[in-house]
Amino acid sequence: MEQKRIFSFSAFPYRQKITIDGFYFGDTSRKTVAVVGATRGDEYQQVLISGLLIKRLKQLEAEGLLSSSSGIVVIPSASQFSMNVGKRFFPVDNTDINRMFPGYDKGETTQRLADGVFKAVKDYKYGIQMASFYLHGKFVPHVRTMYTDYQDNSIASDFGLPYFVIRHPQPIDTTTLNYNWQIFGSTAFSLYSGFNTTIDMPAAQQAVEAIIRFLVKRGVLSSRTPITEGEKTITLQDTSLKKVISAAGGFFFPIAQLGQQVRKGDLLGRIINPVTAESSEEIYAGSDGILFFTCSDIAVSEHTAVFGIADTSSI
Amino acid sequence: MNIRDVVRVHLPIGEDLAIQKNRIIGNAPGKKRICIITGTHGDELEGQYVAWSLARILNERLDDLHGIVDIYPSLNPLGISTIERGLPGFDLDMNRIFPGSDEFSANEYVAGKIVEDIKGADLSIDIHASNIFLRELPQIRINEKTADTLVPMAKDLNMDLIWIHSAATVLESTLAWSLNSIGTPCLVVEMGVGMRISKEYGDRLTTGILTKMAKMGILDGPVMPVFPPIISTDGYVDYINANQSGIFMPEATHGSMVEKGQVVGIVADPLTGHVREKLRSPMNGLLFTLREYPVVYSGSLIARVLGGAL
Ligand SMILES: [Zn+2]
Repeated sequence: MEQKRIFSFSAFPYRQKITIDGFYFGDTSRKTVAVVGATRGDEYQQVLISGLLIKRLKQLEAEGLLSSSSGIVVIPSASQFSMNVGKRFFPVDNTDINRMFPGYDKGETTQRLADGVFKAVKDYKYGIQMASFYLHGKFVPHVRTMYTDYQDNSIASDFGLPYFVIRHPQPIDTTTLNYNWQIFGSTAFSLYSGFNTTIDMPAAQQAVEAIIRFLVKRGVLSSRTPITEGEKTITLQDTSLKKVISAAGGFFFPIAQLGQQVRKGDLLGRIINPVTAESSEEIYAGSDGILFFTCSDIAVSEHTAVFGIADTSSI
Repeated sequence: MNIRDVVRVHLPIGEDLAIQKNRIIGNAPGKKRICIITGTHGDELEGQYVAWSLARILNERLDDLHGIVDIYPSLNPLGISTIERGLPGFDLDMNRIFPGSDEFSANEYVAGKIVEDIKGADLSIDIHASNIFLRELPQIRINEKTADTLVPMAKDLNMDLIWIHSAATVLESTLAWSLNSIGTPCLVVEMGVGMRISKEYGDRLTTGILTKMAKMGILDGPVMPVFPPIISTDGYVDYINANQSGIFMPEATHGSMVEKGQVVGIVADPLTGHVREKLRSPMNGLLFTLREYPVVYSGSLIARVLGGAL
């Protein structure tokens, strides 16, 4: 393993330099797999997964299980500047590094940061990002990609995660890392695991296991690498995710468990009036499927997507 | 005076999020409708003055008014009331969730209802005020893809310049793009600076809007003379970004003509007393954007200069 500084720029007079490091494994001249961890300051889970992955790869490389014709780079964090002050986005102008790709080296601060990351990870055959959703909530662990003319669906099952979601990009998605990786010729995946602001160690271990499984299936790690058997992957279009929208504002109490099979008419949760403690709304499933997303906010407004149900009937 | 709800959503505890508009209906005959919109970004307040002053003037001139003026003073009431640029508790910039089709939250629902309400107007004007970092000369920004339709409509608004900028897919999620793409013309004004009111700019835009209304046949009475704007494409706009982090101090005046090589400002290091960087103009031209907020990082935008034949 080799740790290299891939980006740094002028420190503010009373602070240290803003730096981004990459951890390189195998043949550094080969661009096989690039992994990006946290791009936001509250992505604790995402930086930890990268750290655990680095630890594991170090071990596997020392044991001679890494293919000599492959190169891996892991960038655990591009958001230390935000993480150290407890902010999700770049603390000065509140911009999101993951909405600045492919970046611009003469542009704004976060465009320069994105450019630094992107220069280090583009041209890799595969790109894997530890992602977080723009709404507060928890998903069933899954791997995701943007629908472009370039995406490769056939190998997503190599992660052995239960679901693979294909997102049909909105205009706003065109500045994400996943989208730009694909536009520049890489096969890109985003891994969704657990919350952001908390650490879910079993989910983190599961994510590392999924990446190791992918690396073995892709021939980057030897088939002698000890791995657990993955799950069969079900492919879903994000358009088939049925949202359950709240009709009241108040405190939200989910009842149904994430990943559970639900039937139309099942009670999924409740919204309570905070000042009377009376129920304002009983929330029922509008369709059959797997409970795929649960909002993690306690206080919710009317018209919030509090659950997402994956329609698995067509599979 | 006729205050109406555009959309109303229950918040978690004891309050509604209500987007309101002031519908001013003229006493003179006419069917045209013009929409004045502002307050998408909660830290941009220049439009507050324009909304207020326009409503005051029109309330006194109902007999001269043909048709309808809808004034939307705040598309983001939760932001403006709490000194927050964005939608509180929400990741995305409000001007990146239009037309609100991918409904995942109350904010996207609200965005959809706003577009529905403005749809069909003969003209809409979305007033922005830069941000807290940069001071802007009064200007209209037009996406190059909509320039043919919008540039002629923008000339009477009494602004210093019309900047026709290049298109980017991500900008298709703005309010202006969403309206223009459904055939409702929308002009974007940028002027002044965040968290402040520049009365002179507000008065100029108010005059411009009244002039435009007169030319559209919505308002009778004397028309104030307005100055024609400079019209420019991206090719003539150059950016100055800091390459060092520190405290920015301007040396040139906003709105002045600068020469190639002239120092626009410096990045200072108060810890050592050194100058970290001198930022120079890349060409002769008009300094139409200038950094207002002193804390800068490598990459922070310092200024924009408009060159070419002025
Ligand atoms: Zn704005």
